[in-house]
Amino acid sequence: MSHLKNLTLKVWRQKGPQDAGHFENYTIEEISDEASFLEMLDVLNERLINDGKEAVVFDHDCREGICGTCSLMINGVAHGPKKATTTCQLHMRSFASGDTIVIEPWRATAFPVIKDLMVDRSAFDRIIEAGGFITAPTGGAPDANLIPIPKPVADAAMDSAQCIGCGACVAACPNGAANLFTAAKISHLNFLPQGQPERFKRTEAMVETMDEYFGSCTNHGECSAACPKEISIDVIALMNKDYRAAKVKNRKELSR
Amino acid sequence: MDTIKGGDFRSREANVHRLAQVSVNIIDQMVAQGVPFAREYGGLLDNRSFGGAQVSRTFYARGQTGQQLLLGAYQQLARQIGLGGVRLFNRTELIDVVTVDGRCAGIVVRDLLTGEIQSHAAHAVVLATGGYGNVFFLSTNAMNCNVTATWRAHRRGALFANPCYTQIHPTCIPQSDEFQSKLTLMSESLRNDGRVWVPKKAGDSRPAHEIPEDERDYYLERLYPSYGNLAPRDISSRAAKRLVDKGHGVGPLKNGVNLDFSAAIARLGRDVVEERYGNLFEMYERIAGEDPYKTPMRIYPATHYTMGGVWVDYELQTTIPGLYATGEANFSDHGANRLGASALMQGLADGYFVLPYTISNGLAPLLNKSIPTTDHPAFKEAENEAKARFSGYLSTNGKRSPDWFHRELGKIIWDYCGMERTREGLQKALADLPALYQEFKTDLRVTGDLESTNQTLEKAGRVDDFFQLGMAMCQDALTREESCGAHFRSEYQTEDGEAQRNDQDFCHVAAWEWTGDAMKPNRHTEELVFENAHLATRSYK
Repeated sequence: MSHLKNLTLKVWRQKGPQDAGHFENYTIEEISDEASFLEMLDVLNERLINDGKEAVVFDHDCREGICGTCSLMINGVAHGPKKATTTCQLHMRSFASGDTIVIEPWRATAFPVIKDLMVDRSAFDRIIEAGGFITAPTGGAPDANLIPIPKPVADAAMDSAQCIGCGACVAACPNGAANLFTAAKISHLNFLPQGQPERFKRTEAMVETMDEYFGSCTNHGECSAACPKEISIDVIALMNKDYRAAKVKNRKELSR
Repeated sequence: MDTIKGGDFRSREANVHRLAQVSVNIIDQMVAQGVPFAREYGGLLDNRSFGGAQVSRTFYARGQTGQQLLLGAYQQLARQIGLGGVRLFNRTELIDVVTVDGRCAGIVVRDLLTGEIQSHAAHAVVLATGGYGNVFFLSTNAMNCNVTATWRAHRRGALFANPCYTQIHPTCIPQSDEFQSKLTLMSESLRNDGRVWVPKKAGDSRPAHEIPEDERDYYLERLYPSYGNLAPRDISSRAAKRLVDKGHGVGPLKNGVNLDFSAAIARLGRDVVEERYGNLFEMYERIAGEDPYKTPMRIYPATHYTMGGVWVDYELQTTIPGLYATGEANFSDHGANRLGASALMQGLADGYFVLPYTISNGLAPLLNKSIPTTDHPAFKEAENEAKARFSGYLSTNGKRSPDWFHRELGKIIWDYCGMERTREGLQKALADLPALYQEFKTDLRVTGDLESTNQTLEKAGRVDDFFQLGMAMCQDALTREESCGAHFRSEYQTEDGEAQRNDQDFCHVAAWEWTGDAMKPNRHTEELVFENAHLATRSYK
């Protein structure tokens, strides 16, 4: 176990949604390279409290990469330098003594800053509420083995279902688009036989809700590169295909 | 039977029976909702084995079954929110429960963004607020898990049952430094194909691949031949602790045991192992910086689940009429130890298939009857109490942060009320805790303000409640003079070091009543009657 010395942190401080905000510099004299990035912030906060200053507000919960709560731009990269890793699972061994680390909240119009590094991601909830579910009231579910699901299909649905809704895709996108998130949620359900009855209605509703809040996709691919769960950009193509089909299908249904 | 046996005959038989009955519906319901459970090549659901069970009967979704079930339930909730049937209050914390004439009348909450304290009146309140494992500071629980909701309900009259039953999970990544904020759980499913071992020689510092086969101690296979690496959590955890305490630990801090996949990789091939556990292996590599395909994982027990909780009757109602508790927040189904996947099963069973039927019995008599509004003096009183409490934390102006107190509290609980407990240790804890709690009240420092997001203030409120809970845990552990499941008192063990139950005197639930002083609660008991299962010594040999 070794230690890193003399890290300079440039941390975004913002009192509230209306405040302009600014960077503040802090130095961490020594930190173990086994510490996680958020533990390093814990150490900083403990020191701020000891000095009688207000601690840096940041979102975090499970600290094992599955809840999707942590959300930091580290040196301009969503979730920091390590591939397929959430901020909470990033460890200080990815940095070197003397480094300057810039820490910002997610930057996107649809995610307003609440305070310091914490942002409001409830626009994602609106997308799920529009159709990110299968209508299956409790009680009358048929036997789970009644509809066999080919293994590759179940696996593909699972690949998409891994999305933790952290918002890194939006933060990384130059347009602030949420296409990767929405497409992951749509394809998870659209792959499965259980998701077929509502497939086109779901796609249409979710895509259109997404468009109300977020920017447009121009296929930069930054989203997929930033995704801690490595969701493939392919799902966006599948979503677009289903959206196109939905516009035709739903119109047909209406005219019937 | 497995659940009753796993819980060391300290769970309510009828509840376990019901749990088993409705458990089959859970999978059907979840599949219908789109949870992508793993499938066989023929398209049918795949199964695997889990700790404490001798057959493969657990459905799974890679190494993240719990997360996928949570997302499934979240989607169903989102659907109701979209339909307007449910209103969700994000970033809002329950800080008190209000009773009027002995009935639960509503709750008091604090908006975590604005600090505003508000009340909600209701015919019934359901606490689905999880367990209290974070009392240990270091645990596998998410950082925001806390006991506040259930503890405040307890302070308002709900009995709190079996607080000393806390489960230590055997497969977590060992602590690596002093700033560690939480321990990461590696899914228990790993024990299916991983073999647990330590070097036979204490203090052996050679890397794993240099230790020849005959100098390795596959202790779980040696001690428990029929269950082997799948022995229940409490048994596996204690076995690991004993060997590490004796100096057989591995890793830089000698604080773990090996979980070795080389045999599985040789038998099944790397592809199969990768498919089963790929994401877990990646997670381990990210955290520990070692490749588990090449070197064994290092694991060590950590607090994971709390079997104790708010006492509820068969209908999940607490001792306050109109107040219900479900999932980990209640105490009912797991006895003294919980088996793998059972928390998911119980949480979903309670929420989907039990409470919807039982709560109507409580609601029916209230049809068309008015309830006290939030203008009632009881609400105002609770709101004022809460306001005073939170501004009190801010104005203490001491020297120590809430995290500092939490860490110290955690150390006491882990040392004296953790995997192994003794009378002397618990008495020492009960002497140390009130002193530290007093210090908390006078030497706490919370910075920031009351009117905007203040995570330090949130933490102070939670640590306050953890202190009171910690005292209850130690008293419960001290009065339960037997070893059962995860509650292991060193004074009560068999010759070969297994838990020694005392069915004569302790075949009951201990439910504690709040008296106003955390050190002087009243103990009530509920006898446990087994009509079908027979009290037997739990053996996994």
